[in-house]
Amino acid sequence: MSRFATSVSRRATPGIPWLVRRILAGVLVLFLVSVLLFLVTQALPGDVARIILGKDATAEQVAGLRQRLGLDRPVVVQYWHWLSGVCTGELGNSLQNGEPVAGVIGPRMLNSFALGLISMVLILPLSVLIGVFTACHRDSVPDRVFVAVSSLFTALPTFVVGMLLIAFFATSALGVLPGVSNIPPGDLPWWHPAELVLPVTTLTLMGVLYLGRLVRASFIDAMNSEYVEMALLKGLGDRRVLFRHALPNAVAASLPAAGLVAAVTITGVVVVEYVYSYPGLGTGLVGAVNAHDLPVMQACVLILATAYYLFNVLADIFAVMGGSR
Amino acid sequence: MAAEVEVSGVTVTVEATGSDIVKDVGFTLGRGEVMGVVGESGSGKSTLALALLGFARKGATITAGRVVVDGVDLLSLPEGRLRRERGSRVAYVPQDPATALNPSLSLATQLTEGLRLPRREALSRVRPLLEAVGLPDDGAFLRRRPRQLSGGQQQRLAIATAIAAGPRLIVLDEPTTGLDVSTQARVLELVRGLCRAHDMAAIYVSHDLAVVADVADHVTVMYGGEVVERGTDRDVLTRAAHPYTRALLAAVPSATHRHALVPIPGRAPGVGESGRGCGFAPRCEHVVTACERTRPELVPGPSGTLTRCLRADEVVGTPRIPPRLTAKPAASGEPDVFSVAGLNAAHGGRQILFDVSFGLARGECLAVVGESGSGKTTMSRCLVGLHEEQDGTLAFEGRPVPAAAARRDNEIRRQVQYVFQNPYGSLNPHRSVESSLIVPLRHYFGVGAREGAKRAREALERVGIPSRLAGRHPAELSGGQRQRVAIARALVCEPKLLICDEATSALDVSVQASLVELLRSLLADGLSMLFVTHDLAVVRSIADTVVVLSRGRVVESGAADDVLSRPAHSYTRSLLAATLEVPGAPEPVV
Amino acid sequence: MKKRVVPTESGLSVLGGAIRTGRARLGLVLLAVVALVIVFGPLFARHAPDVIVGRPFEEPGARFPLGTDLLGRDVLSRLLRGGLDLTWMAILAAGLGVFLGCLVGFTAAYRGGAVDTFLMRAMDILLSFPEIVFVLLFVSMLGRSTLLTAVLVGVAFVPGVSRVMRGAALPVLGSEYVLWAKANGLPTRHLLLREVLPGVTSPLMVETGMRLVWAIGAIASLSYLGFGIAPPAADWGLMVGENQDGLPIAPLPVLAPIVLILLLALGGNLVAESVARTVGRTEGKG
Repeated sequence: MSRFATSVSRRATPGIPWLVRRILAGVLVLFLVSVLLFLVTQALPGDVARIILGKDATAEQVAGLRQRLGLDRPVVVQYWHWLSGVCTGELGNSLQNGEPVAGVIGPRMLNSFALGLISMVLILPLSVLIGVFTACHRDSVPDRVFVAVSSLFTALPTFVVGMLLIAFFATSALGVLPGVSNIPPGDLPWWHPAELVLPVTTLTLMGVLYLGRLVRASFIDAMNSEYVEMALLKGLGDRRVLFRHALPNAVAASLPAAGLVAAVTITGVVVVEYVYSYPGLGTGLVGAVNAHDLPVMQACVLILATAYYLFNVLADIFAVMGGSR
Repeated sequence: MAAEVEVSGVTVTVEATGSDIVKDVGFTLGRGEVMGVVGESGSGKSTLALALLGFARKGATITAGRVVVDGVDLLSLPEGRLRRERGSRVAYVPQDPATALNPSLSLATQLTEGLRLPRREALSRVRPLLEAVGLPDDGAFLRRRPRQLSGGQQQRLAIATAIAAGPRLIVLDEPTTGLDVSTQARVLELVRGLCRAHDMAAIYVSHDLAVVADVADHVTVMYGGEVVERGTDRDVLTRAAHPYTRALLAAVPSATHRHALVPIPGRAPGVGESGRGCGFAPRCEHVVTACERTRPELVPGPSGTLTRCLRADEVVGTPRIPPRLTAKPAASGEPDVFSVAGLNAAHGGRQILFDVSFGLARGECLAVVGESGSGKTTMSRCLVGLHEEQDGTLAFEGRPVPAAAARRDNEIRRQVQYVFQNPYGSLNPHRSVESSLIVPLRHYFGVGAREGAKRAREALERVGIPSRLAGRHPAELSGGQRQRVAIARALVCEPKLLICDEATSALDVSVQASLVELLRSLLADGLSMLFVTHDLAVVRSIADTVVVLSRGRVVESGAADDVLSRPAHSYTRSLLAATLEVPGAPEPVV
Repeated sequence: MKKRVVPTESGLSVLGGAIRTGRARLGLVLLAVVALVIVFGPLFARHAPDVIVGRPFEEPGARFPLGTDLLGRDVLSRLLRGGLDLTWMAILAAGLGVFLGCLVGFTAAYRGGAVDTFLMRAMDILLSFPEIVFVLLFVSMLGRSTLLTAVLVGVAFVPGVSRVMRGAALPVLGSEYVLWAKANGLPTRHLLLREVLPGVTSPLMVETGMRLVWAIGAIASLSYLGFGIAPPAADWGLMVGENQDGLPIAPLPVLAPIVLILLLALGGNLVAESVARTVGRTEGKG
């Protein structure tokens, strides 16, 4: 049950040329993503300036905004201007406060990046550990509990998990951790470890319960495989069979899923940040959409989509490299 | 010679049901000797092979028996000792090295890990072995992963791995199934040579009597988990006393002469299905009432073998004469019913077929023979009209046949029918047998439900499927039955030409025999047939003319008897030389 | 002799087999409880869901069994009304996503070649927008409406579904019985509907089940973020978002809708997982 099943094509050994082609195709897709993003935000039928200003705006205000946004120029010129801005980091100014978008987004990006990275660093080893442990003790009590809990959590929306954690750890029940993770502007996220605990826990919990179960399944598959039977028939010891024969293959089989978990974590970041009021790209995006702050929104979406796509490509590459066995 | 290997009373039981997969198997084997274990699918031969290493798959347990190798009873050892004896005392070569070799470990690691030696020392020890099995031994080769090897290389690597620790007994489980005959011949030669050179006993499990005849000194025949006959290879193969062994021999086609194949009626028993009497009784032509009540013991028979049959004396007294075949009239001067001229085909830009041409006379069976990679699969796809990159001229009854099936007219599509290789994929698993037959009837003849059901039943009758099976789904049928249904589906179209793509190669030999005889009877009804196969014995058995395909080119063609008896091309000669034969099969009486 | 994976059971019998497992029964019971609340709940609501009837965050009592929310509306009445929109939106989204995904996936698999490449690359582009970001982007430009949100969530599912269904259809299309049908010139309609579709019902059912569960999650999340069902309408996700700040003093307005979302998602997941397991067992994988 992968959120995005990866298509594993049965090519003969895919080598470097294949990789180069895949990366070039990836660049092309990213370019098309930017086109789509631009078309949706700026060239959609209907007057963007009117949407931004609302129904009560005067014709002059609308005209003024159109000029400021460059909406009166041909679409291709607008796109070119926008794309070259993206490539040079000149993302325009926020409509809310007139500050450069790069300045608004930069710290938020760092915050989101820290949140995602810390979570991934925890998710990967924990998933392998739990997956292998439960697979080795199949049908034991810890295994059943893990499968049941994981089945519960994979169905739950992230915000529900976040809310439950707040209700348990940040309110009268225990009250040991801050339920709001506001990191003041100018501070780096790791200066506020207590504020990071709940958001990171939420993401890690979701990731480990999903990925750990996949690792468990592929480890069980590996243990049932003919090469493990062969290793036993060769007279190898349990430990060698487990760690040299089964584990590498199980981990290789889970790698595509790990890429996907990284991608899904990015979606999770948006919601988790909102739950804990954590100043990152996700809250930035929600705020920008609410305020019709077009340039900030474009930047947030582009960054999130690019990161998301890169992890998807990574998952694909792992899948094909692993699938060609 | 002192017995190196003594096996007695080995029994493997299914834990859930308590029924035995392998019952009370025993034999002895001297140094350097090879024991061939023969049986069809479900006979318990693979389970026995694993049990000889003290191993049982999930759900099964070794419940009794001794496996003494070089003085040590493996089955009495504690788990830890047993582990250490595996590899060093007794080693295993798997059926399918493609899945049994670990895809993520280098060849060097897999070769040396069982040796319990420092890596450098271990490597210097396996290098000569690599040379012995005909693989390169340089560092670059050793760093490869198994997927970078061909099937034959993988199998030779598995053999080298097995003998690395110098075992006294090596167990090979169908090691050449799925390999081309020439590769198979090399692997068999290798096994024989290694056993001789290392003075090592071997147990060679196979479904193929000819392979066993080639490699083994002793033969054990298994049926329903039991040994039904055992003896020296000559005795078992030429003077068999058990009806099953004799029936099996009568079902094997021969590449050197043409004879009718005799299928074994009925089907093999499943685990725990046999009653009180002899397991083979329901299918035996010598059966008497006593057979159904008494379970026979494995006792010395009249012809020098040990046999598990109450009526061995009578059985041996019956001469083994394969039924004669009525000679076919020589192909008349009629124009070809189907012809291929200048067929070229490519796959992904790489040319696979080069200028392939042949013609098929009416009522004749033409065999196209080739090993894997010869292009025969691509060729049959071209004939079916499902291969895009092709050019050349196909003609049916003098009319040109377009390359794509979609552009062929309905009459041609109806009259040229196909039976595919894989009995598990050739029928829609979600349709009943009858409904699979009604689809073409409705498509070509527009018949109603009642008429369709009637014609479907007639066709099923023709291929020997009782009409009570008409409502079944393919999953409820055996492989042979599915192929019969696939033939019936072709027959309801009232075809003039039947193209069979390896239609019998995935089946047990006794099932193959019945299918070959079915096809032969269809030929007698006047159907023309194009038979694509890798198996020269099947070709000899059924084909009138033969086309030999090698690397996408026709290297030789002509009357089957001429080509197979007096091959002109070196490739055909090498193919024939590598094709194994059960020795001493009696000549048909003409 | 290799084992071949043959789907043996028809879709309906798989469903039947799945329902007989204990997990699926538990899931169905949970779903039934939530369905009862959704269907009959509004009949028992004592107050209109969007009318202020008391002070903000009143304690639970005789008048307000679950207390009041941040504006002083009756939590129980809002709870009883708050599942309907979520449910139909999730069903619409999942249905649309699976239908379009199948269409794209089957077309790509059947036509192959350039059509396949083009469709799958187009799906790649869609796939690079995380679902929530995708919906936010369009909602921000097109305005907020429940129908639009449901359609957008459905469209966001299309790339994932199409890749799965393409992958499921390819082996069936390559199987020998489909080759036979092609070689005999059976019409494309017959080929796809009668030969290929029965071969992919199992993955199709698994996919539908999982997408339904995810649609519930996605739509509840969007409402929570304030981009799904617009206030002052009652909706479970929205209620969580509205009352989040009051969590330390009045947990019920947040926890009560969470319990219902949890029951719905868990029930759906239990059923979907047991279908997936049954499919996995009958097709011999996993």
